[in-house]
Amino acid sequence: MAEMDTSGGGHKKKGPGVKKSKKQSTRVDLTPMVDLGFLLITFFIFTTTMSQPTAMKLNLPKDVEKPEDQNKLKESAAFTVMPSRANMVYYYEGLDPSKLQQSTFKQIRDIILDKKRRTDPKDFMVIIKPTKDATYKNAVDMLDEMKIDDVKRYALVNISPDEYKFVEATETANGVK
Amino acid sequence: MTAMCDVAFLLLSFFILATKFKPPEALTVATPNSVSSKVAPDKNVVLITMDKDGKVYFSVSDGNPSEKRDVIDAVNTAKNLGLTDAEKKNFVNNPSAYIGVPFSQLKSYLDKAPEDVKNLVVAGIPVTDTLNNELIDWVHAAVGAFQGSKMNLLVKGDNAAKYPAFDGVVYAFKKNDQLKFQLVTNPVGAPPGSELDKVQAATGSKSSEQ
Repeated sequence: MAEMDTSGGGHKKKGPGVKKSKKQSTRVDLTPMVDLGFLLITFFIFTTTMSQPTAMKLNLPKDVEKPEDQNKLKESAAFTVMPSRANMVYYYEGLDPSKLQQSTFKQIRDIILDKKRRTDPKDFMVIIKPTKDATYKNAVDMLDEMKIDDVKRYALVNISPDEYKFVEATETANGVK
Repeated sequence: MTAMCDVAFLLLSFFILATKFKPPEALTVATPNSVSSKVAPDKNVVLITMDKDGKVYFSVSDGNPSEKRDVIDAVNTAKNLGLTDAEKKNFVNNPSAYIGVPFSQLKSYLDKAPEDVKNLVVAGIPVTDTLNNELIDWVHAAVGAFQGSKMNLLVKGDNAAKYPAFDGVVYAFKKNDQLKFQLVTNPVGAPPGSELDKVQAATGSKSSEQ
C-alpha cells in the first residue's frame, strides 16, 4: 500500500500548475466492526435456546371400585416415600406408617437402592405419596428418581389422613416448617 | 486480527441462523428437571399450566383452530355460558389464549381486549376442590374436540406449585379416562454412577424411555 509522504520539503514539483494529488490510505480501521460483531455474538448467545423442553410420560392406573380388582402388593416388597415441605422425604418399608423415617432428596437414592437390593425385583414397588405441603417439583423429582434408580414399578398415590398425621408429627417434632 | 475477525463472524452467522425466537409467553413457568429425553410434542397439544401460586390454566395449541372452536363451543353448551360469537372468536384467534378463570368469569374475561388481559390478575381454574373441579369440564370438551386425532395432554407446572394443584389436575384427567399424559420438563443428564447411567451405558442409548 502506498505510504503517504509527509516529510516536509524536498519533494519534487511535478510541474507548474499541477497540484500534488493526496493519496489516501486504503486501509480501513476494522475495530468498530469487530466490536459490533462481538456485541451481536454475545446477544445471540444469550438469546438462543439450545435445549428444547422435554416431556416425561406418566401413565396412571385406572381407579377401580372393588378392592379385589386392585393390584396385590407384598408387604415386604412395598416401599412408600412421601415428599413433604422443606424438601424432606419421609419413607417407610412395608405397610405400617408408624415406622416412618426421615430423609432428604439427596439421601433417598441410596435408601431406595438399598431396599431394591434387598427385595425380589419382580415384587418391588415404590409408592409415592406427596403430602399437600410438597411442591410440584418434589413430585416430579421423585418420579424422576424412579427412572434414575431404574425402579420398574412405582405409583403416584394420594396420601391417607393417617399417614399425613405421622408426617405432621415428625415435622413438628423436628421443627420443620 | 483477520483470522479472529473471520471466526467471530462465522460464530455470529451461526448464532443468527440457529436462533429461534420464542414467542413471548404470557405465563412464566420454571419447569422442573428430569432425565427424560423425549422432546415435548408441539402439535395437537392440550396444555394445562400451573403457575408458581398453583393457579391452573387451560390452553390448546395454536395449530388447531377448529379444535379450539369445538372446545369453546362444547364448554359453552355444557355450562350454559351464553357466549357470543365475538367472545368465542376472541378465544380462537388469540394466539396465547390461556384460560385461567372460573366459568362464572369466563364471559367477562373473553370480552376483554388482549392488551387488557395481559396485566389482569386471574384466579385460575378451580381444581383443588373435588366437588367443583372445573378442569374436568375443560378436559371433557378437549377430549370431544380431538376425537379421531391423537391428543397430546401436557402438564407444565412450576417448581414452586403446590402438590394439591397437580393432584386436582390429575383428578380431572382420571375423571375423563385420560390416563396417559406428559409432564413438560427441562432435560438433564442421568447422574453419573446411578442405575439409569449404567443401563444407558449398557444399551448404548441415551434414551430413558422404556
